[in-house]
Amino acid sequence: MTTPSSTADGRELTWSLRGRGPADIPVAAAALPDAAAAATGGTGRGVRVCVVDSGVERDHPVVGPVHGSWVVVKDDDGVRVERTDTGDTCGHGTACAGIVRRVAPECELYSVRVLGERFSGTGDVLMGGLRWAVRQGFDVVNLSLSTTRTRFAEELHALADEAYFTSTVIVASAHNTPVESFPWRFASVVSVGSHHEDDPGLHLYNPRPPVEFFAPGQNVEVAWLGGGTIRTTGNSFATPFITGLAARILSAHPRMTPFQLKSALYLSAANVRLPHAGSGPQAAADGVPQ
Amino acid sequence: MSRANRPATDPSGTPADPAARELLQSIVDVARAIFGAEASSVFLLDEEAGELVFQAVSGQGEEFLVGRRFPADRGIAGWVAASAEPMIVDDLAANASFDRSLAQSTAYVPDAIMAAPLMDGDRVLGVLEVLDPAPQSRSSLSDLDLLFLFARQASVALRIVTERRADPAAAGVGLAPDRRTEAAELVRRLEELLVDTPRP
Repeated sequence: MTTPSSTADGRELTWSLRGRGPADIPVAAAALPDAAAAATGGTGRGVRVCVVDSGVERDHPVVGPVHGSWVVVKDDDGVRVERTDTGDTCGHGTACAGIVRRVAPECELYSVRVLGERFSGTGDVLMGGLRWAVRQGFDVVNLSLSTTRTRFAEELHALADEAYFTSTVIVASAHNTPVESFPWRFASVVSVGSHHEDDPGLHLYNPRPPVEFFAPGQNVEVAWLGGGTIRTTGNSFATPFITGLAARILSAHPRMTPFQLKSALYLSAANVRLPHAGSGPQAAADGVPQ
Repeated sequence: MSRANRPATDPSGTPADPAARELLQSIVDVARAIFGAEASSVFLLDEEAGELVFQAVSGQGEEFLVGRRFPADRGIAGWVAASAEPMIVDDLAANASFDRSLAQSTAYVPDAIMAAPLMDGDRVLGVLEVLDPAPQSRSSLSDLDLLFLFARQASVALRIVTERRADPAAAGVGLAPDRRTEAAELVRRLEELLVDTPRP
């Protein structure tokens, strides 16, 4: 495989730091956040979140304003993305958007509909929608979907890496059953499964990936069509919880990279014990090794 | 699904072959029993027409739903068919807008739906739906697991029914020997599932 000598935007690829020094690559970093504050401090303000799903219902009281809606269309001319006002075809995307809104109330929500237009070619349409969202530079993309079609795996992997390096965080649902599907299996996305706990604000880090985080996904009250709500179960609904958390963290720390964001999610997970718990009765009670 | 791969059906969409009909009927009867549900259905995805077709129904709607069609890009069954993911939803009766097209056509509005895709490899053949499962079995991840497990069995049945179309020898005189073995194994595993799965 040959590799181009420069990227599409004209910058040279960085294989090594030959001929340059640390002073040539200054980075104005976000301060390392306090774990708890990172997850609770922001409101999502200024963060652009895109829900790639079945669309999002307009004017739903639980979802609030949707800043833009698009649909991926596939026909004889290929796959393209168009503006739409068709809302949601089944309720799933609306449910996800409502959870994002609950967790990050001031974020900007956008929708790309990749389900419910034509039945065939859903893999192409999913790819088209996700690629478009990444190239629009959304800060966070919620993908409560995956594909089992291995022919899309390589392309999805490349797209997930592209998102990672261009600071678009893809938060992706693990499949609800133990089957191989994509893109949640890739390390460059934030992958989410469900936990069984009742606490609606609890998220956990999984020390045995590929699923990296667990969030509430059982019996969750969600927005549904017609301005109403239902209760539902599945990894689909755990994922937008983490998407909302990501938006909150990014609103408090806008310069965070995807790997810093993942680290903040890790540090703020309820099952991750920090060494500064140190000694003392509380640490002992928490079971922190002394 | 190409036209050639559709199961043999009469004009109403019912599988024409008695063995195929019985196999699908047993699937929905067992699904209903496992979850203590009001009804259960198997839908076949007609990709060309963009529709889901009732292939077998147990319980509410059993007498008149088989063969009915509705758009495959709508509702919970539509999402399951498109995403190839199972789904459980509750409190539908309280939601006035719930999937009117389907609810009205079935003359029955459930409060809860469990739905799982019926797969052949990475291809969606159809959807298994369970309406109003018994309260103690609702909305837990183990239910989702059980549903998907059972849907795998149902997928094999639907695949057998579909493939019989392409096998005239088998269609003439009942199941071919290898298919008979596969069907017998399917029934045995369904029985095991019913007997061995503790209710919550």
